[in-house]
Formats: sequence, C-alpha cells, structure tokens
Amino acid sequence: MQAFTTLTGIAVPFGAENVDTDVIIPARFLKTVTRKGLGKGAFAVLREDPDNIFDAPRHRQAPILIAGDNFGCGSSREHAPWALADLGFKVVIAPSFADIFSGNAFKNGMLLVALPQDQIDRLMEVAATDDITIDLENQVVTTPFQDRFSFEIDPFRKSCLIGGVDEIGLTEAQGAAIASFEDRLAADKPWIGGAAKRAA
Amino acid sequence: MTKPRTLYQKIWDDHVVHQRDDGTALIWIDRHLIHEVTTPQAFEALRLAGRAVRRPDLTLAVPDHNVPTNHRFEPIADPESAAQVAALAANCADFGIEHIEINAAAQGIVHVIGPEQGFTLPGVTLVCGDSHTATHGAFGALAFGIGTSEVEHVFATQTLLLKQSASMEVRVTGELGFGVTPKDVALAICGQIGTGGGTGHVIEYTGPVIEAMSMEGRMTLCNMAIEAGARAGLVAPDAKTYAYVAGRPRAPKGADMDAALAYWATLKTDPGARYDRVVIIDGSAIAPLVSWGTSPEDVVAITGNVPAPADFADPSKAAAAARALDYMGLVPGTAMADVEVQNIFIGSCTNSRIEDLRAAAAVVAGRKVAANVKQALVVPGSGLVKAQAEAEGLDRIFIDAGFDWRAPGCSMCLGMNPDKVPAGERCASTSNRNFVGRQGPGARTHLLSPAMAAAAAVTGRLTDVRDLMR
Ligand code: SF4
Repeated sequence: MQAFTTLTGIAVPFGAENVDTDVIIPARFLKTVTRKGLGKGAFAVLREDPDNIFDAPRHRQAPILIAGDNFGCGSSREHAPWALADLGFKVVIAPSFADIFSGNAFKNGMLLVALPQDQIDRLMEVAATDDITIDLENQVVTTPFQDRFSFEIDPFRKSCLIGGVDEIGLTEAQGAAIASFEDRLAADKPWIGGAAKRAA
Repeated sequence: MTKPRTLYQKIWDDHVVHQRDDGTALIWIDRHLIHEVTTPQAFEALRLAGRAVRRPDLTLAVPDHNVPTNHRFEPIADPESAAQVAALAANCADFGIEHIEINAAAQGIVHVIGPEQGFTLPGVTLVCGDSHTATHGAFGALAFGIGTSEVEHVFATQTLLLKQSASMEVRVTGELGFGVTPKDVALAICGQIGTGGGTGHVIEYTGPVIEAMSMEGRMTLCNMAIEAGARAGLVAPDAKTYAYVAGRPRAPKGADMDAALAYWATLKTDPGARYDRVVIIDGSAIAPLVSWGTSPEDVVAITGNVPAPADFADPSKAAAAARALDYMGLVPGTAMADVEVQNIFIGSCTNSRIEDLRAAAAVVAGRKVAANVKQALVVPGSGLVKAQAEAEGLDRIFIDAGFDWRAPGCSMCLGMNPDKVPAGERCASTSNRNFVGRQGPGARTHLLSPAMAAAAAVTGRLTDVRDLMR
C-alpha cells in the first residue's frame, strides 16, 4: 500500500448521488486478470458523452473526486477503486460511502473523506477553478479561500494510510493467536474443517 | 446472568481471534467461496508474496459469472471470459483448492451451490468476493461480500480484520397476500428503507412472515440485504434450516451433526436483546412489486403508475427520478401494467432455485410467450436445480411455451457472458439490480418475482400475476 499524507490538486466536481459500482466500472470490463489498465472502463457509460466531466482537459489525471451521497453502492468489485486509481484518483470526497467500497478503497491506499452536503457543495464550487488540499495527518480539507473542513477517519485506517502498511503482514504477526483459535475450533466444532476436498 | 445477545453478536463473539484496542477485531472465517472474476488478482498477489492458502479445506471454487449458458461443451468463444475461467481452474490446482468444473453436475451460481452442497451452515462466518454473499445469511450464517484484497487476506490467514457493524431488526408482520412472494418482500424493504438504509448495519429479518418462509424464500430475502445497503442479512436457524442442511454432501454427519444441531440451537437472538435500529414492515400490505427506475428502491405496486419526479419532496431524489425515467424511457402516470417488455430473464442468485422455477412454471403452464417478447431465458441456478426441474418436467413447460432453457450461471443478471438485453429494450428480470447498463449497455431492467416475470412473458407486458392465477 502506498503511503498517504497530504495532497493538493485538482478536484473533479462530479457530485452525483448513489453512484453504483456498475457506473464506476461496468461488468464487461471485469474480465481481466490484473489490477492495471481499468481506467479505460471507468465511468464508461458517462464517458460516451464527448463533453463528459472526466475527459475535460482540466480534469485529466485529477487526483480528487467529489461525489454525492452513498458513493460506491452495489457490488463488491475491487475493480471499482482500481479503475478510479487508474484514472488518477487518490481521494474521493462525498457525504457517505457504501460499506464494501469503502473497505476496498482503503485497501488500495485510496482516501475517502466524508463531509456534510453543505461542505461538499462549497468544495464543488471551489473545484471549478481552484485546487483543494487534503491533510490526512490533521484530518482537514482546505481551500485557498480559508475554508477548513475537518473530517473523521478510523484511527486504524489513518495509521495504515499514513504508514503504508501491509495488512496481511500485520495479521501474520498474530500467527500464534490464529493457530490456537484453529485448535479450539477443531475441538469444539469438528464439523467446520474438511468441508472441501483438498485438490491433489 | 449474561447480557442478552442478538444472533449477530453471538456469531461475532464466537469468531473473534484477537480483539484490538482500536475497536477492530481479527475474525475467523469458516467458509470461503470463490469464483473466477474477483480472484485472479488475489492469487497473483499470493504468488508474488510467496504465500500459500492457509485452509484449502474451507475454500470452494466454482466458475459462474462469465460462463456461457448454451453450447457449454464447446470452448468459450469470448477470449477474456475463457482466460478467467481457465485461470480459476489453474489457480485452484496450484493452491490445492477444490474446484467445481464448468461442466460438473454441481456447477452453478456460487450462492446457489454453497447451500446446496451443505457448505453453507448455520453459525458460520462465510465470505465470497461478491456482494450477494448476503444470501447465505438465510441459514443464520454471518455471510458478506468482500473485495479482492480481502479475498487474498482470507486465503493467506483465514481471517479478516473487521469492525463490528450496527444491528438492525427488520420485522415483517402479518401474512403475505395471495400472489405475493419473498422477492416482493425484499423489494418492499428496499423501497421502504432505501438503498442506503442499511449502510453500516447487519440486518436480522424476524417476524411471522419470515418464520413462514421457505429456505429458498429466505435466501431471496437475504440476497437483497445488500440492495438495502446492509453488509449482511440474517435469519435465525430453525427446524426448516436444519431439514434443508441435513444430508447435503458437505453437511455434518452422525455425531458431528448432533453436536452441530446442539450448537445451532443456541444461536437465536435472546429475549430482551437490543438491536441498534428496528424497522417494522406490514407484510399483509405488500403487493406484487415491480421496479420503475434504476435503483432497487425505485419500486411500485404492479397496480400503480410510473411516478413523476415532482412526487419526490427531496430535490436530489426528484432529480435522480428524472434521470432514471429518462434512461428507462417511461412517462410519469403510465400504468405499470401497460409497460411492454421485450426480454424475460428468470434466473440469478436471487431467484433461480427450484421453488422459483416451480412458481414461474405454474404461471407459464398451458400458455405461450407473447409475440412481442424477443428473448425469454430460464437459467437455473445450478446443475442440480436444472436436473431437479427436468425431473419434474418444468423444462418442457418452459420450452413448450417458447422459453430458452439454459445451463446454469449468472447470465443476464450482469451480462458478462453473451446473455445481454439489447440497448433500449426492456427486461422483466428476477435478478437483483436494475442499475444503468447492468444487463447490457442501455438495457432497461424491471425487477420482479419469478411468477411476475412469467406473467410478463405470456402477456408481453408487466402484468399483475394475480390476474392469471385466479
Ligand atoms: S447472479 Fe448476478 S448478483 Fe448473483 S452472483 Fe451472479 S452476477 Fe452476482
């Protein structure tokens, strides 16, 4: 995971609500066996319109996306944050995010910032002309016009984003706890193990 | 005395490997289902890091999302789909995971085969790289969809680092009316609480309507918990659950089964346990529903009309409705029962089990698919469902009426395989998502129950199935 601290850049004032994962990346682009190159399918339907917001010259490779409520609802496809990342986004700001999307984004080092709608409206306005800054350390979004919006973030996620932690490595450090859980499980619930045949 | 706990709390407590100070916990995963779309990158990452799959015996693989539903014994024509299906087989062989091959009798949609194989059990934690994993909650399993990084995490450690969700009780009171099905209940819940209504929550469905529901019906209901924004849906296991599980190929047997039954009986929510939120739905008031828009919360009774944006007080909802109506090509005020459909899809992990096919066949029997319907597919959820339906003669009923009887897979639910709804055409679909472009670019989806889809097939328009059942 790439480390994240502070970022200043162009934000795409998208603003749409209930943007589902089929909008972010339609299923026909999921037939891939790697994480790269999904940007071409990102927002594919919206981008059929030549005047779409994402391909406007000002927004190419912009690192910040501003969206409406319940962003990322729908499927569990991690292709959604992969596609957003491939398009250049490192931060999404919205009033709220769907649960699975939010976990997936975090696991790819993408910061999701939840702010109330009135602050989103203000950022949408600023984004038309000016850069926006996200300071993860101090948990604040600022603009060149003295706007200062604090946001909440789970402390574990924050430290992982700042430190660029390998989550599997962290869990592997709990190897002894996992092994003793497994032993208890085999004793207490013998029907759990061996459900699938081990392939040769 | 210990504090009364909910079903969710009990399963959670029983799976904590390590509680962290920051509120997250390392949770043990009992069951991991995998399919071809959300795993290749996880296997790739394991290889790069030199990691193995910790518990192949708790992992079961099946290809479903992009398998063709006809010409099954020929090579897959689409090279990308073929590559994903082949990658799953090769990865499973490399990592020692049992893989139900594309043409095996037991192949099917991952959420249909889990319960069918007895892999899904009460009281387990079950995950899959697919949001409709919520389906398995029908058994009183804590089941939820995960992303590919989490798939990799489960492969390597058989655990996930999770924060406990809030709990929500959705109590469905009364009794379902004539012609009203679990799918209508699922859609009614989406309509009432909205697609964000369950965000951050695990739903437990309770009440007389749920108790009366079959296991198939409970699966349909839990399947759409995610459409109401919840990570998981749960139904307390009862005698019906045990009867369904008993004797399945991977279910516990003999003394193990006795021990399991004793444990499962302890899982029910304790009297006096508190949920963070309670929603009560009057089951007796639910009518057969259809969706009119591009979100599963956009539902209306089949006897109702297409709404107008002005009907929504919230301006952003009104704007969303205007966009949805434009995409759907619907005029406000039109009677839903006047909307013509060109495609019918009976299938998906929501409604492709034997009971669903029986309900649809009962409506279709002795009737023909209407002339304006260009494509009418029945896609059984698994090879075993297909064989059962054929043994009961349901395939003949569908074929004689003019339906296409296909091989199992996700099919037109998401159109990753060749089964798609052409742009601008409508589909009466028993699946779970009516998102823009879900069934193919420009496709217009109307979600409804299997019986309602069958009714639409024979009349060529959205139809109140009750009129055909009398
Ligand atoms: S049938 Fe549809 S919703 Fe179910 S797993 Fe397949 S694609 Fe997902």
